[in-house]
Amino acid sequence: MYSFDYERPSGVNEAVSAVGEDDKFLAGGQTLLPTLKLRLAQADKLIDLGGIAELKGISVSGSELSIGAMTRHVDVANSADVKSAIPALSHLASHIGDAQVRNRGTIGGSIANNDPAADYPAALVGLGATVHTDKRSISAEDFFIDLFETALEEDELVTKVTFPIPEKAGYAKFPNPASRFALTGVFVAQTAQGVRVAVTGAGPCVFRQTDMEAALSSNFSAEAVSGIKTEASGLSADIHASADYRANLISVMAARAVQAAS
Amino acid sequence: MSVENGIGASVRRKEDQRFITGNGHYLDDINRVGQAYGYFLRSPHAFAKISNIDLTAAKAAPGVVDIFTGADMVADGVGGLICGWGITSKDGSPHNAPPHNSLAVDAVRHVGDQVAFVIADTLQQAKDAAELIEVDYEVLTPVTNISKALAPGAPQIHEEAPGNLCYDWELGDKAAVDAAFANAAHVSKIDLVNNRLSPNPMEPRAALGEYDAGSEELTLHTTSQNPHVARLIMSAFLGIAPENKLRVIAPDVGGGFGSKIFVYAEETTTIWAARKINRPVKWTSDRSEAFLTDAHGRDHVSHAELAMDNDGKILAFRVSTQANMGAYLSTFASAVPTYLYGTLLSGQYKIPSIYVEVQAGFTNTTAVDAYRGAGRPEATYVVERMMDTAARDLSMDPTEFRLKNFIQPDAYPYETPVIMTYDSGDYPLAMNLAKEMIDYDGFAARKAQSEANGKIRGIGTAAYIEACGIAPSAAVGSLGAGVGLWESAEVRFNPTGSVTVFTGSHSHGQGHETTFAQIIADKLGVPIESVEVVHGDTSKVPFGMGTYGSRSLAVGGSAIVKAVDKIVEKSKKIAAHLMEASVEDIEHEHGVFSVAGTDKQMTMGEIAFAAYVPHNYPADLEPGMAENAFYDPLNFTFPAGTHIAEVEIDPATGIVDIVDWAAADDFGNIINPMIVEGQVHGGVAQGIGQALLEGVVYDDDSGQLITGSYMDYCMPRADDLPSFRITTTNTPCPSNPLGVKGCGEAGAIAAPAALMNAIVNALGKDIDMPATPEKVWRAINSN
Amino acid sequence: MTTVSMTVNGKQVSADVAPNTLLVQFIRENLRLTGTHVGCDTSQCGACTVHVDGDSVKSCTMLAVQADGADVTTIEGLAQNGELHPMQAAFKENHGLQCGFCTPGMIMSAVDLVKRNPNPSEETIRTELEGNICRCTGYHNIVKSVKAASENMGG
Repeated sequence: MYSFDYERPSGVNEAVSAVGEDDKFLAGGQTLLPTLKLRLAQADKLIDLGGIAELKGISVSGSELSIGAMTRHVDVANSADVKSAIPALSHLASHIGDAQVRNRGTIGGSIANNDPAADYPAALVGLGATVHTDKRSISAEDFFIDLFETALEEDELVTKVTFPIPEKAGYAKFPNPASRFALTGVFVAQTAQGVRVAVTGAGPCVFRQTDMEAALSSNFSAEAVSGIKTEASGLSADIHASADYRANLISVMAARAVQAAS
Repeated sequence: MSVENGIGASVRRKEDQRFITGNGHYLDDINRVGQAYGYFLRSPHAFAKISNIDLTAAKAAPGVVDIFTGADMVADGVGGLICGWGITSKDGSPHNAPPHNSLAVDAVRHVGDQVAFVIADTLQQAKDAAELIEVDYEVLTPVTNISKALAPGAPQIHEEAPGNLCYDWELGDKAAVDAAFANAAHVSKIDLVNNRLSPNPMEPRAALGEYDAGSEELTLHTTSQNPHVARLIMSAFLGIAPENKLRVIAPDVGGGFGSKIFVYAEETTTIWAARKINRPVKWTSDRSEAFLTDAHGRDHVSHAELAMDNDGKILAFRVSTQANMGAYLSTFASAVPTYLYGTLLSGQYKIPSIYVEVQAGFTNTTAVDAYRGAGRPEATYVVERMMDTAARDLSMDPTEFRLKNFIQPDAYPYETPVIMTYDSGDYPLAMNLAKEMIDYDGFAARKAQSEANGKIRGIGTAAYIEACGIAPSAAVGSLGAGVGLWESAEVRFNPTGSVTVFTGSHSHGQGHETTFAQIIADKLGVPIESVEVVHGDTSKVPFGMGTYGSRSLAVGGSAIVKAVDKIVEKSKKIAAHLMEASVEDIEHEHGVFSVAGTDKQMTMGEIAFAAYVPHNYPADLEPGMAENAFYDPLNFTFPAGTHIAEVEIDPATGIVDIVDWAAADDFGNIINPMIVEGQVHGGVAQGIGQALLEGVVYDDDSGQLITGSYMDYCMPRADDLPSFRITTTNTPCPSNPLGVKGCGEAGAIAAPAALMNAIVNALGKDIDMPATPEKVWRAINSN
Repeated sequence: MTTVSMTVNGKQVSADVAPNTLLVQFIRENLRLTGTHVGCDTSQCGACTVHVDGDSVKSCTMLAVQADGADVTTIEGLAQNGELHPMQAAFKENHGLQCGFCTPGMIMSAVDLVKRNPNPSEETIRTELEGNICRCTGYHNIVKSVKAASENMGG
């Protein structure tokens, strides 16, 4: 790691005012620290968000589930509120990385990084969630822009994510055999605004599969989606999976997500 | 009479106590006052000429002690790294072994090749300084694939190796094989790729070099499977220091699997540099460096053909293989695709004639050398995929086809057409056992059940053989080995009756501290707690050839037995003197010496004490109770057995689920069944890794290593693997006093073929390793 | 330099460290507790697993300054009063280790695993050990060890 300074503010305002041009926020650090270790990234200063109590916590109010940005994956996975409001989200969080990663990694850190193979973006887009920052609220679809790119400005901090509670939802992922990130993950949700299908891992950024959404709107069953093909062009290809194979996995995982939906 | 914790008991391991409490001493746990840290600047290119290296800015960076390049080592008279096994090509010429400098001179030939060694007060400073080194590269077009490298017009990697050829070797009677094929009723053929693997012991390589200007002694702590061999090569060929001034210590070593046999550039540079700067230097590989520089394994491309008569009897076998050596010839690389491969192509079968030819060549990739099994997994893979293919072509059950062609239990010693003499075994016994364990006959019903659930089931067999206990010095010498492959041991009683055993074998997971102590407990009646096994230090152990090729017990253990025999012989004389009997009348069992026909007896402890306090002692005997022995085996040992894998495939994703695994292995006599089982588990896991998950991938155009971390190189994890059902058959090995055969590599040898045969059986078509979900899915969805 | 203070294996420790010091470096280099190992550089292998405030974490993927004020347990702190932790004892009894390099991290993960799943099935054990790589044992005896320990830990 290159050298850097370190600051641990105790409030959001303090954190945001501390961040300079070549500084980085440190959330759970499960992606940032490995990147720094390999000298693939550099920062003048890390602003550790771990001391900001207001960024942590899970609450349900009415038809909305709210998760603070610094809430760890393990806490989302184990939360009774999440399990009862959106069991699919608890399931998803319980399968991010491995146990040790879930004990450190946070929802805010994950979505701000927008790794194309991360799980959370599928849930956010699939559920039509809203990302709240210190400055504004951004719909999930607008938040995730491209490969490792989000709508966040450099000094903007995710504070929480709110999820409208769906009628039912399911998530199925096919992990990359080596890294265990999502090679392809599909989140399906039956919501008040209709059926949403979000795909992660298969392309450079999370996206909605609208053909499947249409099919599921009239018939919310595995059979309705298993035959729907996704155009392979535009999907990612690497040594682990070609675009064709990822396209196939979208259909298979979508069907399994529907089957698992509750 | 059996002895507590003796031979045959599943004694819990003595070494575990320190490992489970965090008190092991792996290399990076060892530090010296004032030590500096070394870091290697490595080539970012697969193939390039170096026109200039500018160290000016880097040398001025904070904390930098010194920076060395290849020119410095050459100027200092340091020799290049060597290959210790000479192979002779068909035309009688010796293999091409181009120069291999520890630090690059003029050119780099694979990504990760060492360019400069930066030493600084801290590792961070060394890394920072390395970024300031300016290297002028003239980038050349690389070639990473062995078939492309051997084809006309390929980039030339070394001037000394025209056409990138290392050797073109053959074994067997070509004319006889051709004649048999000409008259065969059936011929089956197969093309196979044996995928390149990265060994990945969990402890990365590391070195700590120290120089004592007063004694002029160098001490190298290194992650080695064979510290004496490292010392020998560093002294004799590299000129680091005379053997008597170079101490090599391999402390607790976190796995090896072959990759820590070799003498590498980094360890060599580290010890050399320690003297140059007269300060301890530590280098610790990180995992990314390990992927780039630890010798890889396998990487063969083969074509095989089997000739059979009308009855399904095998008439002849011919194999043609291309073997990738990587950019440089590693320490034992040349032997792997030849004498550790071609000689095993008879498998467990009576094959009248065999012919194999192997072209080995250079590519712009990491060097390839021995990895768990080394040549024998490649041989078994060819033989056993061939057998299944032949059985399929003949519409025979693959196990019936094998049983029909097995060498029979009464045929030993059996000479194969590829210069091996199998000494013992019972192949049908192991196969029938494995079939019973997995309920082979019930497979059809299980397959139907899977089909009803939308899954595809397959079953696959591998009947493997290996040559272990490497090996008789005369035999390996005649085949080109540059060293003898004996082993040494010293058994030393302390006056108070405890025992220290010094062994040239090295334990890096195998549990020698327990197994070897069991031999002493059994033979000399010493409680196992009172036996200390010392290994891995050239200043403590008389000499050693090290641990590889499943040789520790068969060769190292036998040396201990030989030393024990000398102890017993001497003890009998002392006992005779003390009990006033004649030596001929002294009987010995498990450390108790008695006078025949009387109730007079003495224990080993009493005799050892008398030897050190020789107040009443035979006049013609030396005092003391310590004996050493060197043991050179009579033959290889030949572990063999059958593994059967059963798989269920999800056609939607191509995921292969291993639903059952049954293995029956003949390891001869067994000292510690628990440890043997553990060795089989680990070997099978690595074999499954090769078949399903692992594979080193280079980018064809740039020569970059794509699988350079655990993000892309797929290591088997707990949830990738099943539990295993294993049993052993035990036909004692006649070639060593313990009757043992070796068990460390069997699983890695058997598993790939068994698993791939199961997958091929399920799919009804051939597929190469690793059988990734996508590959399997494609096979299912192609015509 | 930043001052960090934490409790490690029940002992209060304090040191000045550079902010880019990893927790594993702090443990190994400052405290000389070398039972915690480093087996990779991409946060995959789990050899460096320790407990921070009772949870298993990869100490190679956490800064020492992030552990300021925390309660850290390493493999050296698992045995109490000379008595092996049931997980340590089970690994020895069931031959759950060979070279021993991954073992400290594996044991620390396994202890946390059983805390979360008091009576784990073989499948749960295998899934939950996803963050720890062993190259020697094929996991067979590790799974057996964890199962046995969970029974002895009152699961």
